[in-house]
Amino acid sequence: MVMTPEVLTLSETPWLFTGVMLVKIAVAFVVTLLIVAYATYAERKTIGRMQTRMGPTMTGPKGLLQPIADGLKLFFKEDIIPAQSHWAAFILAPMMILAPAFISIAVIPFGGDLHFNYDGVLYAVPMQITDLNIGLLFIIAMAGLGVYGIVLAGLASNSKYALLGGIRSTAQMISYELAVGLSIVVIFMLSETLSLRGIVAAQQLPLWGLESVSYIPNWYIFCQPLAFGLFVIGSMAEINRTPFDLPEAETELVSGFCTEYSAMKYALFFMAEYANMITVSAVATTLFLGGWGGPFYGWINFLLKVFAFMFFFIWIRATFPRLRYDQLMFLGWKIMLPLALVNIVLTGIAILLW
Amino acid sequence: MEAILFYLTATVAIFSAIFVTQCRNPVNSALNLITTFLCLAVFYVMLESPFMAAIQIMVYAGAIMVLIVFVIMLLNLGLAVKSRYTHGLAGGGVLAALVLFVSNYFIRVGEATGTGGSVTSELISSYGHTELIGRAMFVDFLLPFEIASILLLVAIVGAVILSKREV
Repeated sequence: MVMTPEVLTLSETPWLFTGVMLVKIAVAFVVTLLIVAYATYAERKTIGRMQTRMGPTMTGPKGLLQPIADGLKLFFKEDIIPAQSHWAAFILAPMMILAPAFISIAVIPFGGDLHFNYDGVLYAVPMQITDLNIGLLFIIAMAGLGVYGIVLAGLASNSKYALLGGIRSTAQMISYELAVGLSIVVIFMLSETLSLRGIVAAQQLPLWGLESVSYIPNWYIFCQPLAFGLFVIGSMAEINRTPFDLPEAETELVSGFCTEYSAMKYALFFMAEYANMITVSAVATTLFLGGWGGPFYGWINFLLKVFAFMFFFIWIRATFPRLRYDQLMFLGWKIMLPLALVNIVLTGIAILLW
Repeated sequence: MEAILFYLTATVAIFSAIFVTQCRNPVNSALNLITTFLCLAVFYVMLESPFMAAIQIMVYAGAIMVLIVFVIMLLNLGLAVKSRYTHGLAGGGVLAALVLFVSNYFIRVGEATGTGGSVTSELISSYGHTELIGRAMFVDFLLPFEIASILLLVAIVGAVILSKREV
């Protein structure tokens, strides 16, 4: 006999619901933290190889324990708060940059439903912490809040380099947020939903609804390559990765907005950078690469796509020189923004015609 | 449960709103204003308007406040600014309260917004909040929407012309 699985609700099974929710949150959080730790290792190793070096090799087999050693070292270092700084904002800044990056993970679907038996009832649990019906807007909103961490760090440090880094970063993030937001408008024009689960479901159909090419899934990268390019470039700028890492340009600004930070607070900024990288990769996978769809089992596909994306970001870092500041602004406002708008108009016309 | 959450959020909102006016450092005021906006977003979620909550965070907390903080950062406002502008506070408070009561009255008697209107929580849960707003904006109230967008366009063009040295 085949049972139709029940959906857990807070009103009918409160304890089971809360328990499952806590487990989901813990798993997502721990996995993200682990990926953050080993993304630093992967980055050092990959860039090392690309520059014909070895990368970390000493701690543990093939240097695998290096991220843990780094974490321990930073954890036990002295935490210095500059005397002239604005101390409340100084302490708040690293938290405000890390929290939005992790919160965005909450709405990302990692896979299909998990089924389990409890008390003779079959329950279906989606592999996603929560499916907001405004999921995509939620992610854009959280990305917008991420700016404050950098702004406050620059402002509270009371240092010229940090202030300059903060000002650059604010201008950069506001400019590119617009282009990124507009580039994904076409996704919800096509899928007619803002829920990330719905967007992934819309991408599992054959391409353009054609049965003759049913082996190609309807991933939005195929019908919206321009939006995909704009999204990737824009998010790279928004999370301050090379070639858009002007806020922390070492040669000009020492270390930019985190110049005055030390110990664990400094580490939090770097964790935030990698957490943002994971979030952006996960969002790009969900929006353009069909989420968990693919040849393997659910979440394995998802993780593979995310890792491929992160490798791509690391690869870019090893390849490209940093942009000049006026080039950065030119690219954001005069190329990406108009292209995103044109893409919206063209997609609107295409939807009207078909 | 929801009432407890409401009163907690309301307390935070009111206290952070008071601190916005009372803080000596403009950075603290800005931070408190962001907290107030986030509390408002929570209220929107409680009123079954998740779309409004997301827009509230995106536009007010994510864009407008960033610009305000940006200006604070560029001007490097010190403590001296605050002490000069304390007398207007009481008048501004009374005026804000009056505006609140008047707008509350109009919202209650209005047909599109009032509690007796056609938009109920059953309609929201069956149709979706984002869809309802989209329909209201682009079907029912299309003309006011277009007028507002032309007004914004004029403002943008004006800002570009003012900031350009030579046109």
